[in-house]
Amino acid sequence: MTRKQRRLAFIASGLVVLGAAVGLVLVALNDTITFFKTPSDLAEKPLAAGQRFRLGGLVADGSVKRGENLEVRFVVTDTLKTVPVVYKGILPDLFREGQGVVAEGRLEGDGLFRADSVLAKHDENYMPPEVAKSLKERGVKLGPGATHPGGEAKSIK
Amino acid sequence: MIVEIGHFALILALLVSMGQMVLPAVGAASRDDRLMAVAQPAALASLVLVSISFAALTYAYVGSDFSVANVWANSHSAKPMLYKVSGVWGNHEGSMLLWVLILVAFGASVAVSGGHLPKTLQANVLATQASISVAFLLFILLTSNPFERIVPAPMEGKGLNPILQDPALALHPPFLYAGYVGFSMAFSFAIAALLEGRTDAAWARWVRPWTLAAWMCLTLGIAMGSWWAYYELGWGGWWFWDPVENASFMPWLAGTALLHSALVMEKREALKVWTVLLAILTFSLSLMGTFLVRSGVLSSVHAFAVDPQRGVFILAIMVLFTGGALALFAARAGSLRQGGMFAPISREGALVLNNVLLATATGTVLIGTLYPLVLESITGAKISVGPPYFNMTFVPLMIPLLIALPFGSFLGWKRGDLVAARQRLMAAAVVTLGTALVAGALFWRGPWLAPLALAVGVWVIAGAVSEVLFRARLGQGDRAEVFRRLTNLPRSAWGSFIAHTGVGVMVIGIVGTTAWQSEKIVPMKAGDTAEIAGYRVTLKGIETRRGPNFGEEAGVFEVPREGRTPLLLEATKRLYDAPRQPTTEAGIHAALSGDLYIILGDAQTDGSFAVRLYFNPLVRFIWLGAVLMFIGGAFSLSDRRLRVGAPRKARPPMAVPAE
Repeated sequence: MTRKQRRLAFIASGLVVLGAAVGLVLVALNDTITFFKTPSDLAEKPLAAGQRFRLGGLVADGSVKRGENLEVRFVVTDTLKTVPVVYKGILPDLFREGQGVVAEGRLEGDGLFRADSVLAKHDENYMPPEVAKSLKERGVKLGPGATHPGGEAKSIK
Repeated sequence: MIVEIGHFALILALLVSMGQMVLPAVGAASRDDRLMAVAQPAALASLVLVSISFAALTYAYVGSDFSVANVWANSHSAKPMLYKVSGVWGNHEGSMLLWVLILVAFGASVAVSGGHLPKTLQANVLATQASISVAFLLFILLTSNPFERIVPAPMEGKGLNPILQDPALALHPPFLYAGYVGFSMAFSFAIAALLEGRTDAAWARWVRPWTLAAWMCLTLGIAMGSWWAYYELGWGGWWFWDPVENASFMPWLAGTALLHSALVMEKREALKVWTVLLAILTFSLSLMGTFLVRSGVLSSVHAFAVDPQRGVFILAIMVLFTGGALALFAARAGSLRQGGMFAPISREGALVLNNVLLATATGTVLIGTLYPLVLESITGAKISVGPPYFNMTFVPLMIPLLIALPFGSFLGWKRGDLVAARQRLMAAAVVTLGTALVAGALFWRGPWLAPLALAVGVWVIAGAVSEVLFRARLGQGDRAEVFRRLTNLPRSAWGSFIAHTGVGVMVIGIVGTTAWQSEKIVPMKAGDTAEIAGYRVTLKGIETRRGPNFGEEAGVFEVPREGRTPLLLEATKRLYDAPRQPTTEAGIHAALSGDLYIILGDAQTDGSFAVRLYFNPLVRFIWLGAVLMFIGGAFSLSDRRLRVGAPRKARPPMAVPAE
């Protein structure tokens, strides 16, 4: 093989790998991304039941209710609209009323959001940027009270 | 007073770095020895000054001086001493100071140990290194000053986020940063090479130890972060493909590619242009990692409260350095002379494949991490890219890499013999097939691909073992003779053996825990028993206790074991005093075969507790693999050929495959 042919062989094999990777990326991006919606987004443009997405907002005050067999119900609000959520399992440590939350799951026919994961954050002052941004876009003022409900965390016992 | 000395030292360090950035570079361009001679003492002075600054901040933390805003916001007088110290870098300002400290330490070590470098190269390297220091020192002094005072001084601090009060996380940032910042050495050498228009095998020899050291630290840093997330976050997982994790993983992937391409350059003077480009890209990815973590533009489970203003500053630094370096590369890369030729089937060819696959994999991770940002700025749609994307794109690229790895190490430089390599790998192939069959028969319930993936891990290990045995010429001469040959192998050969074994071990751990994990959530009262993966777990009771700076509720679990004393495990929920924040501490029984992992959840209305049980098979192998990679790197680094330093002139290409 001449130098040129060798170089061509390398470039060709590189292109093959790159092409395969581009294909994988395109397919994966098509199939696996999840959209992020706030309750107001849903009110404006309702999503079909059964479509998977992330719901973000604040946990409405006084809305957390524990049911039988590890079931928890709460309401996610962006202070304008609300969406009821049901989740079965263990909530993250920093899940609290008035605090930002992101839940992933699907809407059921009756408008109830069935979450299969509820996201935790490392920091209690942290607000997911999507939540903070969409709240800001809708003119909701976020004082310290919004991210620190009641100022004091509930004692665990 | 001491705090002010620290602040002052930092300003002085900025001034010294500015001098170190300009004078030696001018000196190198004009061949002025006096100007170039500034670099060495300046690099040492920077280290001394930043160390004083760092020590002053540590002093403020240890003494709980709450008149310093940073200490007040992140510390508490009742915090254990270890976390008072680790609290220094457990926050934005302090961690950036640590970043710069490591940066100037690397610079100083080039100044001290780089006596054998050509003068102009050393001057250019130190000037480039100083330019990075200047950027980050300005960043600290202008946007993130850790020495700001509050008047009047508060009586008590706000405390450190409790999930950061952890031994693994105390060490995680120093290692991670040593990795990120260590790649700045490769970057500075690349810039110096472009400025001089000259790279050769000797250049690769100077760069490789630094890259290797950085890569080792980054490996350990990422592994510690993963280990910490595993036991502290209580989700039973060890990797989440989260943007912040990806931010550290991308430089690691690129750095791994760089290690291997620098090897080709060192041995064969080939891949010069690519290696220089890779050195630039690796450090650029480190800068991007710092930007992503510190700016908070991406939604992440690991995100902390952040300040967008600072993000803009780091973004500017990133654009300046990456853009500047790439522009220089575009202008000068043509002047780098092309090196040795090689056939596609050769050691070089295999390492090119390694680089193509690693670079492409880095690209897919990069796309997945940045896609939400790009899409939002174009269409306004908010999306998240989760683990399914990465599993679909990253994993298929790693499989061919792992399968090709043992072949590569059996191919000769310049022109390899694939048939001979295949013959020498027969034993490894038999072991691999056997593993696949046995695993398939034993674990027929899991995903059908899992036994094959497990076999890939075994293949990598078996391949590494075959290589070492082949080098010792097993079967020629008696046992003592073979043993003598084994002990005479160069350390770098052992290094690559251990590191590649680590890769295989990690693959086995990843496959085992991903494919065969069991999970169960049950409400439990005292006396209740739940069963998972053959363990019978009984909740004995819930105890309420006090720790040094937290109160906790501990679920005490008992697990009977055949012929041994029963296992006692505690899963606790803590509430820290300052800040008042709850955390979950998993109860973990760690074993090589798999971890039993218990989380105590919320109290239910009927008085029971939610309990989440996991069995994570082989999960220890993941971190064991990372530790092996670190040890392998250390062996390689201690090789005499690297330690003694490179000769001034490149040696003629070696005929024997010596690595």
